[in-house]
Amino acid sequence: MTDLTKLTIAEAREKLRSKEITSVELTGQYIAAIEAANAQLNAYVAVTGDQAMDMAKASDGRLSAGSQAPLEGIPLGIKDLFGTLDVHTQACSHILDGFKPKYESTVTQNLWNDGAVMLGKLNMDEFAMGSSNETSYYGPVKNPWRAEGSSADLVPGGSSGGSASAVAAHLCAAATATDTGGSIRQPAAFTGTVGIKPTYGRCSRWGIAAFASSLDQAGPITRDVRDAAIMLQSMASVDPKDTTSVDAPEAHYEAAIGKSLKGMKIGIPKEYRVENMPKEIEALWQQGIEWYKAAGAEIVDISLPHTKYALPAYYIVAPAEASSNLARYDGVRYGLRVPGKDITDMYEKTRAAGFGEEVRRRIMIGTYVLSAGYYDAYYLQAQKVRTLIKQDFEKVFAAGVDAILTPATPSAAFEIGDKEMASDPIKMYQQDIFTVAVNMAGLPGIAVPAGLDAKGLPLALQLIGKPFEEETLFQTAHIIEDAAGKFEAKKWW
Amino acid sequence: MSVDLTTVKRVAKLARIATTDDQAEKMVGELNNILGFVEQLSEVNVDGVEPMTSVVHMSMRKRVDEVTDGNKADDIVANAPATEDNYFMVPKVIE
Repeated sequence: MTDLTKLTIAEAREKLRSKEITSVELTGQYIAAIEAANAQLNAYVAVTGDQAMDMAKASDGRLSAGSQAPLEGIPLGIKDLFGTLDVHTQACSHILDGFKPKYESTVTQNLWNDGAVMLGKLNMDEFAMGSSNETSYYGPVKNPWRAEGSSADLVPGGSSGGSASAVAAHLCAAATATDTGGSIRQPAAFTGTVGIKPTYGRCSRWGIAAFASSLDQAGPITRDVRDAAIMLQSMASVDPKDTTSVDAPEAHYEAAIGKSLKGMKIGIPKEYRVENMPKEIEALWQQGIEWYKAAGAEIVDISLPHTKYALPAYYIVAPAEASSNLARYDGVRYGLRVPGKDITDMYEKTRAAGFGEEVRRRIMIGTYVLSAGYYDAYYLQAQKVRTLIKQDFEKVFAAGVDAILTPATPSAAFEIGDKEMASDPIKMYQQDIFTVAVNMAGLPGIAVPAGLDAKGLPLALQLIGKPFEEETLFQTAHIIEDAAGKFEAKKWW
Repeated sequence: MSVDLTTVKRVAKLARIATTDDQAEKMVGELNNILGFVEQLSEVNVDGVEPMTSVVHMSMRKRVDEVTDGNKADDIVANAPATEDNYFMVPKVIE
């Protein structure tokens, strides 16, 4: 039997339309793969097998009637942050125990409208707060990649760790994910997959559990650049239910792939050459520059002077917004309730039991920086710095730069339970050092696999684009994919 | 700026998170570590810089003020830990 889980979306789409395969066959193979692998990888927190087969049957019916819907019959994994009607939606937090929403998020509804099939809900850091998927109430996810000659379990990155692991291990054709400071791009980089965070406002946030509303954006994790373009095309929409969703001109992402880069300017920001950058990442970045020169692009040195302030500003803005967004979890309307002697005692006990350590830490920071007397010193200062970060990018783009090339992460995947990371939250926060400025400025960014390190683990480069010019990112990312090739984890699970 | 045990307990109260003395003690160090990290923002000259309120320049879309949704009481209480007749049930608030 042919292993249909090896197919990309683009390949499966052709075979489904030509009736060479059915969605029931394709979906059945994915369900079998999940059943065989999930005890090891822990990528899924809920598998919706029966629902998947029903959706696949319906897709097959539409395919025989000639459906050309963009994702007809394609089985997808959905991050647990997305609200899915009557299906497990808990942001991988204890506080949302048993929550099954009576609504569907706009992004997932768009996917079902385009014919996609839901395989289940994917593991993630609790409320998307983390860079290793270790803060999940459902336990850590394992990366399908292992270092050469080692059997140590590695993290898949976070917060979209389940999405990245499932895509890399062929437990779904593609996955939805979200990115507040790097939560799509860092896990994609750790697993040899492609991840794009679109421009803020490109995808509706309606029905997605909120972490930091001014930074959160949904995007896909896929096995190649073309699949990322196909997925984003379906996920993106203008939504009256999200007032920050932007009515930007209709784009055709797939058509950008393969276009010549002649005459394009790729910017190389000197501030991303950080202290203690591993030699391999430095070399990978240089390799990327050479690939772009060979593709006919012009390389220009640029400066983004406020880069080093992006991470500290993020750790004021994001916790502040989180403390406000997470105030709704009080044991009254949904999820966990721990009884108390009065209503305040019930709130306090519920939230103490329901939130994990990292989430509690961020709520505390957020509450503190917003509290009387500290607002100006912290929050207002951070929002002003954020304006400067955005202006840095605007100046560079105004000078004619089309896209910016940087490393995606400061390291390859690290081990689950890494002691240094566990003992110092800031060490973990620094995982987002190359990705976070993009969120602060609301720009689109894509991580694309570019090579392997000496231990055989995937490393990625990041491209940053102008607002609403995701097409440029697909066009430029494809150059790296073409030159570097694709990377597959050796199956051990 | 840094926080002490009293401040941590006050913030935990504001955030409505029950915190034991041991947890509060531990959090003093953790929060000060993070506050020390973000302290570097004070060195940035922000004279005349407007604070960001939205990353995309746009005026908020508005719609006509009319009823477009509703009659979903059953759905709204469907996930509540305790309900009666489509009311959320909570411990007695007023004696």
